[in-house]
Amino acid sequence: MHNKSISELAHGLRTGEFTSVELTRVHLDRIASHNPTLNCLVSVCEEGALQEAELADRRLRAGDVGQLAGIPIVHKDIFCTDGVKTSCGSRMLDNFIAPYDAHVVSRLKQAGVVMLGKANMDEFAMGSSNENSFYGPVHNPWQAGAVPGGSSGGSAAAVAARLCVAATGTDTGGSIRQPAAFCGITGLKPTYGRVSRYGMVAFASSLDQGGPMARSAADAAALLQVMAGFDGRDSTSAEQPVPDYSATLNDDLKGLRIGVPKEYLGEGLEAAIADSIQAALGEFVRQGAELVDISLPNTHLGVPTYYVVAPAECSSNLSRFDGVRYGYRCSEPRDLEDLYKRSRGEGFGAEVKRRIMIGTYALSAGYYDAYYLKAQKIRHLISDDFRAAFEQVDVIMGPTAPSTAFGIGEKSADPVTMYLSDIYTIAVNLAGLPGMSVPVRPVNGMPVGLQLIGNYFQEARLLNVAHQLQQATNWHSATPAGFE
Amino acid sequence: MQWETVIGLEIHAQLATRSKIFSGASTAFGAEPNTQACTIDLGLPGVLPVLNQEAVRMAITFGVAIQAEIAPRSVFARKNYFYPDLPKGYQISQFELPIVGKGRVEIELEDGTLKPVGVTRAHLEEDAGKSLHEDFHGMTGVDLNRAGTPLLEIVSEPDMRSAKEAVAYAKKIHQIVQYLGICDGNMQEGSFRCDANVSVRPKGGPLGTRAELKNLNSFRFLERAINIEVERQIDLIEGGGAVVQETRLYDADKDETRSMRSKEEANDYRYFPDPDLLPVELDAGLIESVRAGMPELPDAKRARFARDYGLSSYDAAVLTASKGLADYFELAAKVAGDAKLAANWVMGEFSGALNQAGLALEQSPVSAEQLGGMLLRIVDNTISGKIAKQVFEAMWAGEGSADRIIEARGLKQITDSGAIEAVVDAVLQANPEQVANYRNADEQKRPKMLGFFVGQVMKQSKGKANPQQVNELLLKKL
Repeated sequence: MHNKSISELAHGLRTGEFTSVELTRVHLDRIASHNPTLNCLVSVCEEGALQEAELADRRLRAGDVGQLAGIPIVHKDIFCTDGVKTSCGSRMLDNFIAPYDAHVVSRLKQAGVVMLGKANMDEFAMGSSNENSFYGPVHNPWQAGAVPGGSSGGSAAAVAARLCVAATGTDTGGSIRQPAAFCGITGLKPTYGRVSRYGMVAFASSLDQGGPMARSAADAAALLQVMAGFDGRDSTSAEQPVPDYSATLNDDLKGLRIGVPKEYLGEGLEAAIADSIQAALGEFVRQGAELVDISLPNTHLGVPTYYVVAPAECSSNLSRFDGVRYGYRCSEPRDLEDLYKRSRGEGFGAEVKRRIMIGTYALSAGYYDAYYLKAQKIRHLISDDFRAAFEQVDVIMGPTAPSTAFGIGEKSADPVTMYLSDIYTIAVNLAGLPGMSVPVRPVNGMPVGLQLIGNYFQEARLLNVAHQLQQATNWHSATPAGFE
Repeated sequence: MQWETVIGLEIHAQLATRSKIFSGASTAFGAEPNTQACTIDLGLPGVLPVLNQEAVRMAITFGVAIQAEIAPRSVFARKNYFYPDLPKGYQISQFELPIVGKGRVEIELEDGTLKPVGVTRAHLEEDAGKSLHEDFHGMTGVDLNRAGTPLLEIVSEPDMRSAKEAVAYAKKIHQIVQYLGICDGNMQEGSFRCDANVSVRPKGGPLGTRAELKNLNSFRFLERAINIEVERQIDLIEGGGAVVQETRLYDADKDETRSMRSKEEANDYRYFPDPDLLPVELDAGLIESVRAGMPELPDAKRARFARDYGLSSYDAAVLTASKGLADYFELAAKVAGDAKLAANWVMGEFSGALNQAGLALEQSPVSAEQLGGMLLRIVDNTISGKIAKQVFEAMWAGEGSADRIIEARGLKQITDSGAIEAVVDAVLQANPEQVANYRNADEQKRPKMLGFFVGQVMKQSKGKANPQQVNELLLKKL
């Protein structure tokens, strides 16, 4: 049952082949056996999940034909959930229970999904390996001891290990796509503004975007269908109609122009990964697509620009965690300054503190123009690269990450090397474009992700292209050993 | 050495929106602590600000009133600092691109001349909460009801040259925001707060170093604080010292200003555009619709009162000091059909009664219609001005309309010449000696002596005889 797609599960639930309670129990059992080793969930909501499953079964019996009714998923622990702890992977919020649901959570709840639990993540979504979690690292289901990627590492690992049907994630610089690539699943970061950020703990507000993580493009489409749409509570939410993402999945790709940026297939990319990407591109050519060599000349500026903009915003966004109203508070503060210093010093992990320091510096009087303002200008140049490219092509493709999943501890001592693992994903966030990662031919038994980048609000096109690949190949349905 | 004072003011006017600037929580004053702070005001994780469009409209209204440039595009920025009553660790304000640009107002100096004062800018921002240091035994309580209340910060040019000018400017802004209905102007409750930047320089010289004065919660304190600060600065410089740039707190009890923090201790606020809010893009249509719907402003109303009602410039200024009083006067004048009479009564008896009772205009027991109705009875000779005072007192005491009081108390003026003549005859008959004296007196003394007979007649008639008729009859018979 745990290997079925959402449409198969929806069919089974509607026809009474099995119930949501049964489906939920299967997943809860899998969580019980595998989560202790994977550490991909930080909260498991057994009781709540079974209640939601019962409710879903009643709705199904009453003729509720919503595709997600009764489907068990997990939420990244960055999404606020009414009554269930939202830790954001941090000691700072280890005791925080929000009195509200994030927009994404309430939309999915209304659609009848069952929340199995909350997924581990890098603290405040800052990281590319899920090693920066207060709750410890997550193991990659494909290889114990390897990272699942980050920051949505818990979500990716849980989906890959079949502990849930699908999951939510967030992506600020690659946090959906890179773990999707490392864990061999399908992840989509929508256009900035496509999915409301309300109730999603902010890391870098101008870059953060929630999206689906699933085992196929078709499943991701079903989730996005519910997650996307205007929300008046988020001023940056787009008032754009939401198309039927499933309706265009089967469009053929004849004449599709695929841009292949030379900057994405050059130095720094493992040769075997380049081969996997070429193999996938070859499949698209077989389906009638056309490859176009393009250039995104400012690609090399993506990582430095991101590491000014994102820390600057995070340094301000994380100021609210001050030990005054909620969250971690140090014991016996001597005075106000001591309260601030120790609550924040003890409540935040090293990477979070590093980024707050970088961001505070970048915004300081005398440095603002040289760093923040300059970075904003480069951001425009990066967007312009994409704008020019999309005048020639329909989608852009390249690798999601320069390597396959690395070992836990391998890069954690060197932040800059770690930052470079997001080299291909970051520009998409800076430009606000939709991006996706889908599994292609593995290298040495480890998953490899193909990144698809679309023009603004072209999620339907990305899902369509990814689905066509998945119809013709079976890379996406590979299951890690021990989790079949 | 002749010293010149240079003053600029920063005024925070709390906008009279029903809900907060970035959340739906109520802005009502005086509720139990932390009962009017929603998840957004509390700065809980993941919540987001949504701009209250009414606050934007109010800011535009102010901009139009001071003939300012309204920015077609303005940007909210974050001002970052830590304080327990600042829930997010930053205040959402406007920094580089404020909604209202350069404008100006005119203030009237003591000699009656008009002086323009420049407004540098006015921007929208959210208020912080309140830290309560009493009642918590060595701890600080935080009330976040006020957090997120919309403010319009109005920054003037350093155009004022005396405390009196500063007060005139502050009063002018106070009057304008109240006229526009965008601020209740209540200084005690903190709806209208002034900070003053004060420096001194040798007359005509370059600008001196300024001190910023805070905690000036009345016009009187504003004037007082500036004057003692100017004295302090002059003494300091003349004693060989130098003014340092700092923030100083005015202590009304001790009547002194004292240092709060120096420039070195000032925060680096690390302003940057708030990524949670889009730039405010105003289309010309909105600005035009605000312009078209502008109420009459104080200066225009004052000029119209002087022109249309034939009032003196002073009377027109008094009556237009607040929009409420001006409206009250206009309604009373309309009902009475005599503007001058209405002006005298509104500024005289009516304002006096309010003052004595310590009431605000809105709390007056006598409505403008009621007052006008009474004045109408003076105009149509039903009662005299003197009797009117009795009627007014009765109305104030809640005895109903003037007509009802006049009827109930039998205060109707006697205009029947036969009846008045009978009283006149009786008075003359009862005072033969005074009649003889009058007749023997020369023309110059007679008017004064006539007063005696008028007084007697009025007394006999219990004040109800028409004074003009009494005069005429007495002159005829004497």
